[in-house]
Amino acid sequence: MLAAEAQLKALMLSALGGNAAAYRALLTALGELLRRYYARRLGDAASAEDLVQETLIAVHTRRATYDTSLPFTPWLYAVARYKLLDHLRHGRVRTAVPLDEAGDLFAEDESEAALARRDLDRLLELLPAATREAIRQVKIEGLSTAEAAERSGRSEIAVRVGIHRGLKALGEKLREGRSREDR
Amino acid sequence: MKTDELIDRLTGDLAPVSRTVVGRTLALGLGAGALASFVAMWLWLGIRPDLASAAATSAYWMKFIYTLSLACLAFWAVERLARPGAGSRVQMTLLGIPVVALLVLAFIQIDGVSRATRMHLMMGASSNVCPWRIAILSLPVFAGAFWALGKLAPTRLVVAGVMAGLLAGAFGAWIYAFHCDESTAPFVVIWYTLGIAAVGALGGLSGRYLRW
Repeated sequence: MLAAEAQLKALMLSALGGNAAAYRALLTALGELLRRYYARRLGDAASAEDLVQETLIAVHTRRATYDTSLPFTPWLYAVARYKLLDHLRHGRVRTAVPLDEAGDLFAEDESEAALARRDLDRLLELLPAATREAIRQVKIEGLSTAEAAERSGRSEIAVRVGIHRGLKALGEKLREGRSREDR
Repeated sequence: MKTDELIDRLTGDLAPVSRTVVGRTLALGLGAGALASFVAMWLWLGIRPDLASAAATSAYWMKFIYTLSLACLAFWAVERLARPGAGSRVQMTLLGIPVVALLVLAFIQIDGVSRATRMHLMMGASSNVCPWRIAILSLPVFAGAFWALGKLAPTRLVVAGVMAGLLAGAFGAWIYAFHCDESTAPFVVIWYTLGIAAVGALGGLSGRYLRW
């Protein structure tokens, strides 16, 4: 730990002087430290990596606030901790739901299947009729997009795009509902 | 974006950094704010006409030193709070010294005087406007302090907001003292401190806007 402090501080001092090689070595080392730091505190690897990147950017843009007469690691961890708390407080929600994972939105409430089905119907009501049918056939009844396209008489691509947009819209509606409940 | 790509990009963006950035940024924000505040005081209230003769009295210097020492100590605290991981407890504790010192002086002045005189020493002639004017004159400095802190890296937003508010309040009070002709310690310790504390409270409430 002490060795790391001395090493990191030396790299930081050279970097503040404009030494790019030292800076690259510093950021790489910080990436490792931060990945461990956030992985231990957040279950989910994707947001841990987001925070690693965000903290590296913060280190970069706020590097002038490091007081060179003090040890370096307390500065780094104060930044890391700030970014962690900021993330937990203002937890940003991902805006895009990949099509493969969108099924999870429906799978969550299986224990209360009837309720879920009612909610699902109500949600689907919010979509245009063609999209609603396509989602019902492909995602709920389990038809392939080709079969659904044949039934509705539209092209397969149109069905796919329709489902994608529809699920995205549904995802947003669900999230809105949820964040309202959280408050 | 992959983290490695990000590191490439940040490395490409590296430029040497001066060690005085924090102090200079704060000085710039506060200087611009104080200048605006001084001009506002001049146009709105005017400098007291007897400033030259008042400057020969200890009462004038009491106000001057009280407000300026608070401003300097608050500046020191803000300078620490703008840096992640730098302790600021000492600086914040030291802020109590001018207040306690002036309180002692105030008690000495009201000790053993009649009730009416005591009221007069405490209320002066402008107690109903003093805290408000101090708070209003502080606003440009407040804006400057928040602008500067926003460019730095406060990690305790509410504490940093309170200290920036106290700093602006003390600065505003120092500028108001060029107009104000009150000269008793009880007046200053009550009404000046109240105005300064109000700006501190405003800073605490605005702390979340320091988010970066």
